[in-house]
Amino acid sequence: MIALLSSILAITLRAGTSLVYATLGEIYTENSGVLNLGLEGMMLLSAAAGFATAYYSDSVWLGFLAAIFIGAILAAIHAFLSVTMRANQVVSGLSITLFGTGLASYLGQQLGPESNNHYLAGLIGPKLQTIKIPLLSDIPVLGSLFNQDILTYIIYLLVPLAWFYLYKTRNGLNLRSVGENPQTADAMGINITKTRYLYTILGGVLVGLGGAHLSLSYTPGWSENLTGGRGWIVIALVIFAMWNPGRAFLGALLFGGINAVQFRLQAAGTTIPASFLNMMPYIMTVIVLVIITWWEALSKRIGAPAALSKPYMREDK
Amino acid sequence: MRILFEKRQSISHRAIITVPIVSFLVALLLGAVLLLASGADPIKTYAAMAKGTFGSMYSFSETLVKAIPLMLTGLGVSIAFRMRFWNIGAEGQFVWGAIAASGTALFLNEYIPSWLLLPSVIMAGVIAGAIWAGIPAILKAYIGVDETLTTLMLNYVAILFAQYLYYGPWRDPEGYGFPGTALFPESAWLPRLFGRAHFGLIFAIIAAIILWFIFLRTRWGFELKIIGENQTAAKYLGIKIARNIVLALFLSGGLSGLAGAAEVAGVSRRLQTGLALGYGYTAIIVAWMAQLRSIPVLFVAILLGALIVGGDQVQMVMNLPSSVGLVLQGLLLFPMLAGSLFTEYRLRLIRPERENSQIDAKVES
Repeated sequence: MIALLSSILAITLRAGTSLVYATLGEIYTENSGVLNLGLEGMMLLSAAAGFATAYYSDSVWLGFLAAIFIGAILAAIHAFLSVTMRANQVVSGLSITLFGTGLASYLGQQLGPESNNHYLAGLIGPKLQTIKIPLLSDIPVLGSLFNQDILTYIIYLLVPLAWFYLYKTRNGLNLRSVGENPQTADAMGINITKTRYLYTILGGVLVGLGGAHLSLSYTPGWSENLTGGRGWIVIALVIFAMWNPGRAFLGALLFGGINAVQFRLQAAGTTIPASFLNMMPYIMTVIVLVIITWWEALSKRIGAPAALSKPYMREDK
Repeated sequence: MRILFEKRQSISHRAIITVPIVSFLVALLLGAVLLLASGADPIKTYAAMAKGTFGSMYSFSETLVKAIPLMLTGLGVSIAFRMRFWNIGAEGQFVWGAIAASGTALFLNEYIPSWLLLPSVIMAGVIAGAIWAGIPAILKAYIGVDETLTTLMLNYVAILFAQYLYYGPWRDPEGYGFPGTALFPESAWLPRLFGRAHFGLIFAIIAAIILWFIFLRTRWGFELKIIGENQTAAKYLGIKIARNIVLALFLSGGLSGLAGAAEVAGVSRRLQTGLALGYGYTAIIVAWMAQLRSIPVLFVAILLGALIVGGDQVQMVMNLPSSVGLVLQGLLLFPMLAGSLFTEYRLRLIRPERENSQIDAKVES
């Protein structure tokens, strides 16, 4: 039993790590009032670019660097379209997803070595090593928390840091005010355009890391459509977490865990089909949405960014 | 020198025409750069795409096979978007249409006279799509739940449910484990016009004409338009907003459901894996590119359908990944999105010496 629990916790963390990065990224972006539906495409392209770079340079770190770069570029395109050019954010995000999905699949079939028919699929590249922390990793069950790769360890710091930044610092307050009420924030002297660019691109960096974690640690390797819809789960997670990094961490473990442990659950004899387990994140998100809207007052306190997906322009008061 | 955006008095008709044309050229140019970088001849590639999509009756029929679901879902999305109801759930409504149509065709055929089976199959799809769109519509209209997110989430519930069906209880026992249902009885097949292009094309054309008429000539179309433009005004005019949202979304989801029903009854003739290819998302792009106008939706759907089929062609003829089509769609959209600003705003360059006198009244970029 202890062995089962500890292996479930280990696999949940491994599966949840990429979700945590991408969710934190989207939380920053949405708090500035920008909705980015391009995550699926951004994760796919970062995963492909990260893997290809790591494969040829034989360095996971260069791979992550490439993924960060790709995430930032795609996010910058979204910021340019939706902030500067005031385009419809839903359409812009979906275009990023189309483009990212398409280009990732294209590169996956072009960047590989000639010996592999130019495919990236099936190649074995460098992967992030698991670092076992002495003593701590020997604790029963919870020891799995300390037998992970470096990116997972970083989220133990990143999540509280993000919470502190958003809710306890001046910068965080400014960020949230831009997403909540850009008119007032503007009057207070905050540069709306700059803030939205900054946090959309920061979001892209984190999403890129999340994508690359799949191809450089979790899977590892590249295959067609390797995110398996994680980009959309992240959109759901942000709402499920009600824009709060702490809840995002728990939610990511829950959602990542559902996906990761279903094989084990089936082996253990549950009769719930996998499709129904996979539906849970989405159904729960809809329920959360209904509840937070129902208690309007509650939603104000929770801090759904009121100006989410609305372009800002001084003259449109 | 500063760059400022200035709101136009009325939308620019010149921009409406030039932006798509320029965007298309930009997409071809950027696509060519990508192709050159991977050692392919762009002109040959584009020629293969054009030939494979419009080159013969057969290839045009294949383009239509992809365009028909885009037309119907695109029309559905445009109804909702006109009211500023951001229905991005066309994919789920499409899938539910396909599920209900398949269920009717496979399991109710013994109880329905064969001449009535096909109409029942189609109606089942329409109703299922309408109900699936009705859920977020009711949540939005009566509680105020954000529809962008609920419609998106419900897509995955629908897709996963369809998966459950064709991998599980509905799987063809004689299908050698293939994830799909048995073939529909012949009386549930939607007739084909030429090649694989099916009767759904006629549905799409009729639907476009009806919608065009509703929005241009009827009181209801007018009410929907007012709700989209100014909810406060709508309230003062005595328009029942909540009821209209729900009714419009029934229609919107019904069209996507019709698309799903036509897809299974006309193309695959069974419910099977590979149903949810993202038509419902591309539909949003179709509706947006067509500026939510019914008749242009039909033509934009053909263009985007051609990009999908063109990608497949490129794979067969040029041995390049079929995702070229997707990449080109993305590359087409970026300049279009950027250009959409120019229909409502104009660019102004202000030289430093004139800046002081102008700056107060204008909007900074």
